[in-house]
Amino acid sequence: MQLRDIAHSRTGDKGNISNVSVIAYRPEDWPVLLEQVTAERVRDHFGSLIAGDVVRYELPQIGALNFVMYEALGGGVTRSLALDPHGKCLSSRLLTLPIEVQR
Amino acid sequence: MKTIRIGTGAGFSGDRIEPAVDLAAKGNLDYLVFECLAERTIALAQQAKMHDPNAGFDPLLERRMRAVLPICREKGVRVISNMGAANPVAAAKHTINIARELGLSGLRVAAVQGDNVLDVLSPDAFVIDEANCTLGEFQKEVISANAYLGAGGIVDALKAGADVVLTGRAADPAMFLAPQIFEFGWQMDDWTRLGRGTLVGHLLECGGQVTGGYFADPGLKDVPDLANLGFPIAEVDEDGNAVITKLPGTGGFVNAATCKEQLLYEVHDPKRYIQPDVIADFSAVEITEVGPDRVAVSNGDGLPKTGTLKVSIGYIDSCVGEGQISYAGPGAVERGQLALDILDQRIEQIGIACDEVRGELIGVNSIFKDVAASECAPSEVRVRFVVRTRDLQTAARIGEEVESLYLNGPAGGGGVTKSTREIVAIVSGLLPEDRLVTRFEMMEA
Repeated sequence: MQLRDIAHSRTGDKGNISNVSVIAYRPEDWPVLLEQVTAERVRDHFGSLIAGDVVRYELPQIGALNFVMYEALGGGVTRSLALDPHGKCLSSRLLTLPIEVQR
Repeated sequence: MKTIRIGTGAGFSGDRIEPAVDLAAKGNLDYLVFECLAERTIALAQQAKMHDPNAGFDPLLERRMRAVLPICREKGVRVISNMGAANPVAAAKHTINIARELGLSGLRVAAVQGDNVLDVLSPDAFVIDEANCTLGEFQKEVISANAYLGAGGIVDALKAGADVVLTGRAADPAMFLAPQIFEFGWQMDDWTRLGRGTLVGHLLECGGQVTGGYFADPGLKDVPDLANLGFPIAEVDEDGNAVITKLPGTGGFVNAATCKEQLLYEVHDPKRYIQPDVIADFSAVEITEVGPDRVAVSNGDGLPKTGTLKVSIGYIDSCVGEGQISYAGPGAVERGQLALDILDQRIEQIGIACDEVRGELIGVNSIFKDVAASECAPSEVRVRFVVRTRDLQTAARIGEEVESLYLNGPAGGGGVTKSTREIVAIVSGLLPEDRLVTRFEMMEA
């Protein structure tokens, strides 16, 4: 199972920092996000796409995590040579993270 | 309890115009807010103003104003926008001319000024965060410096009776916060309400992104009629709690999921969404569906403001040259890779001075590099070769090299495109708010 099966996501950008939200479709999957979608796993999943740290923030009342990823946008949106300088596609990468859910 | 209705007329400079007209006509709105300034738009507008003192405002201002002003006048909807860009006064004068042409006699338009701080910044004291140096030590050609203003100047203009308020650089949520402060008489140290008003602004500032845009994923998250996406409306009460909705009969939808995604869009620490007037706290926000296309948003909060304003510095960074060519059918990936290898060898061999080189295959590794490269062979790929140079002439050599692959490269290369551009980039720093003065100029049609 992939994260995409239990959660949705949106990317935002500020300078060279990308933030990616991960939001559970159903409240019962919130503990799965909390346990399995750690900053460390997210960092590994993006590999060389992210040069800096990844910090996780938790919003339990809406079943959401927010990942702030530093040095993630090729030097910054306004000067990056990347095809996707805003990193809009990064949320789609995160949603491929493998997840284990006991049903 | 008193409520007001605020609609979004644009979430970015190139946004669709019809949804704004629709909202003006049928939204029963009090305010229609157009957010039209991206990070570097104002630097580009500043360049335009240097060439022509009457230029430097949003190129779509004319079309937007012609489309909505007569309706807004008839319905009593006040307009707020940062379409003033680098030149709010010229934007206001132009709006007055349009209003006169349309017979909207007596329409009052205010231009809010004070964000241009190019002459205010101290070369020795202002620190550029990204470059870790002072402005004086920054070895680039600086073309603009604009502070993100808070709601104050807009509130003053509304108090003075402005029907249309045009600003330059203002914090996006502040354009939505201002009418709430004005209508409800909020104090500027009522951090909770300022935080909630900021939350409303944050949810509305990207227009269709809260009504089903930037959301659809067919089969998983289907969204109806995106070609007719409706723009959002917030019904705000005097405590700053709100219902986010949209017009019936328009495309898209407003539900808890669209609001949650937008709540965290471009947010870092949700406890500290730093704005000129307040540090908004989104960490305990409750989002509840209360009807079809109606979502209640409550429990926002706020902390005292920092007393500093973010300043964006626009500068001439570098030049970029780019070329693309396609390969298709069996062996497309191998031929695309061969093309990239040839290009690498050519720029070294003929000595094109590049500060950064990026070669990739669209369809294989252009977005996720080799982290998630395609596992199956795509039936077509597009070579993208892009370099950073010091000047445009050198940048143009890249397109020429890609084009020469037609005759000198792998078999079956087609559809070359080439481009050059000068990059105006942005860095930022913080300025104590007492270093600038915000004021407005009122004009009447």
